[in-house]
Amino acid sequence: MTAGFAPTALSLRREAPARPVEAASAERLRQAGTSVRVDGIVKRYGGPGPAALEGVSLAIEPGELLALLGPSGSGKTTLLRVIAGLEIPDGGKVFFGSQDTTDLPVQRRGVGFVFQHYALFRHLTVFENIAYGLRSRPRAHRPKEDEIRRRVERLLELVQLPDLAKRYPGQLSGGQRQRVALARALAVEPSVLLLDEPFGALDAQVRKDLRRWLREIHRETGQTTIFVTHDQDEALELADRIAILNKGRIEQVGAPHEVQDHPASRFVMSFVGETARLTAEVAGGEVRVAGRPVIAAEPGWPQGAVDLCLRPWDLTVGQGPGTLPGTVREWRRTGRGTVAEILLDGAEAPVEVKVTDVYEPGDRVALAVGAARVFPRN
Amino acid sequence: MSETTVPSIRPEPRGLHAALTEPRPVRIGLTLLAVAFLGLFLLLPLAVVFVEALSKGLSSYLATFAEPDALAAIRLTLLVAVIAVPLNVVFGLCASWAIAKFDFRGRNLLITLIDLPFSVSPVVAGLIYVLIFGAQGLFGPFLQRHGIEIIFAVPGIVLATVFVTFPFVARELIPLMQDQGTTDEEAALTLGASPWRVFRTVTLPNVRWALLYGVLLCNARAMGEFGAVSVVSGRIRGLTNTMPLHVEILYNEYNYVAAFGIASLLALLALVTLAGKSFLEWRHADALAGRGAH
Repeated sequence: MTAGFAPTALSLRREAPARPVEAASAERLRQAGTSVRVDGIVKRYGGPGPAALEGVSLAIEPGELLALLGPSGSGKTTLLRVIAGLEIPDGGKVFFGSQDTTDLPVQRRGVGFVFQHYALFRHLTVFENIAYGLRSRPRAHRPKEDEIRRRVERLLELVQLPDLAKRYPGQLSGGQRQRVALARALAVEPSVLLLDEPFGALDAQVRKDLRRWLREIHRETGQTTIFVTHDQDEALELADRIAILNKGRIEQVGAPHEVQDHPASRFVMSFVGETARLTAEVAGGEVRVAGRPVIAAEPGWPQGAVDLCLRPWDLTVGQGPGTLPGTVREWRRTGRGTVAEILLDGAEAPVEVKVTDVYEPGDRVALAVGAARVFPRN
Repeated sequence: MSETTVPSIRPEPRGLHAALTEPRPVRIGLTLLAVAFLGLFLLLPLAVVFVEALSKGLSSYLATFAEPDALAAIRLTLLVAVIAVPLNVVFGLCASWAIAKFDFRGRNLLITLIDLPFSVSPVVAGLIYVLIFGAQGLFGPFLQRHGIEIIFAVPGIVLATVFVTFPFVARELIPLMQDQGTTDEEAALTLGASPWRVFRTVTLPNVRWALLYGVLLCNARAMGEFGAVSVVSGRIRGLTNTMPLHVEILYNEYNYVAAFGIASLLALLALVTLAGKSFLEWRHADALAGRGAH
């Protein structure tokens, strides 16, 4: 299957490091991504209280990189495990392409699953870990030994660990282990790649590197990929689309810029970025805070009692009508200028606003509002 | 993990160490007390066993083992262990696998039941089998009619031994398996492995050292069990006498050299077990239950 690729790669390596190898492996690993669809998934764990998933429906395009984003307990991991077949839903259906896989056992779904804590087989070498899936195939479909070796070596190249084949998982760093776990999942040529908080157990720098690297791998393999995260930066940076979950329901699905610029709910607004929230009222074509008009209401905004949500970068120190009063809590220099932590009158939490002047804690300021969103109060 | 890290004693912060240390005389006093206790109650008896066994010279010591009854007792003890230990490995693996990897009704009851043999007196354990399989017991008449001998025969001894040694393997495995969780197994399943392959290539290797440890303890107890076996055995010389029973009989006949000779064999077994156990703890500390991360 790979005849011709290895020698070329070796001979070209000196002049053009790594590139030909990657191109060749990409060609080998690229496959038509499968679409995934879940329809009305309900999952309850024993006991009273809300269900882990309350009728979740979601469609993932072939080759798409989708993030399931939400706070802990939102049901995002449960949804991923339902798609993998590791949890059996109490209701609803799962489709891979046009095939109904709801009742298909996990072994036959053809998914690659990457666990937060790697779940590498500690008594097997890196090589044997990656080969595990191939060796698990029924005898008739099992590749020959030299074919297994070729494929494992290619995957080790792909995850940039070609020299570690003989090591044991215990001898690797966290980042290396997660790479091996990904290679192991890719070895079975899954139709869907599922990652459960893949970078959650790693420190910040490694996480950043691996993020970029996962994006590259996805570009090379073109695999339908779903990953779970509670880190909005990770989701915004990596994903083609983001599905935001809260309390077992999907709040919004959309491209990063959509969920950021057009949040569908107050929850999404406050989850994908820092937000200052004030109680306000929409009446007579304007938004009023404590009876004073702040900005003009846009057409289509709800009338009556609302939550006024503001991004810190839409706020500037200003004067005159339409400004919001607040108190400086703290002022400090950062690498990019000076910021003041300001608690707006009536807000629950302070926001960090860029300022040009020097302030003392306790100073009163007024902030002009550049843009805002309102959500009906509930 | 096990391949890289050498088990080491964590250095204590100096201040804490000083604050926790007793005055010198107290330290020496406590150490001496502990050593004296250990010597008096553990080392001295062990030494006595070997001294008594060799008191009439090496030749009479060796003659003990040429005696047909002694040989029969040794053979029977080995036979019982060879049957009981594998049985309890299978039972222990099944029970701990079910308890650690699955959540089901009656799980806690099962955990309690596994400990039952530890809390019941071995004599009672033996009596249970007499009451069930004995001539006057529940199945007695049925067994007699079909000519099946359980009590005062080898099957009874095996049953009693299996009962008494039941918890050793399971208790060693349950905490480790619970600690390891199920993600390794889940990973293997997503890679397409059949449940049997998952058990064989993931679950079993993950607990292999703990399993060996459990087998060692189980074996030592299976060979050394006295109470339960003595009730069901009937002590027929050359037929249903295990080593511990034979020791008692010889002792009661004032045949000290022979009694201590057989006893020295049992003591030797204990020492070998202890050495094996220490080796496992030293070499595979992190792969055994409740001993650090892995």
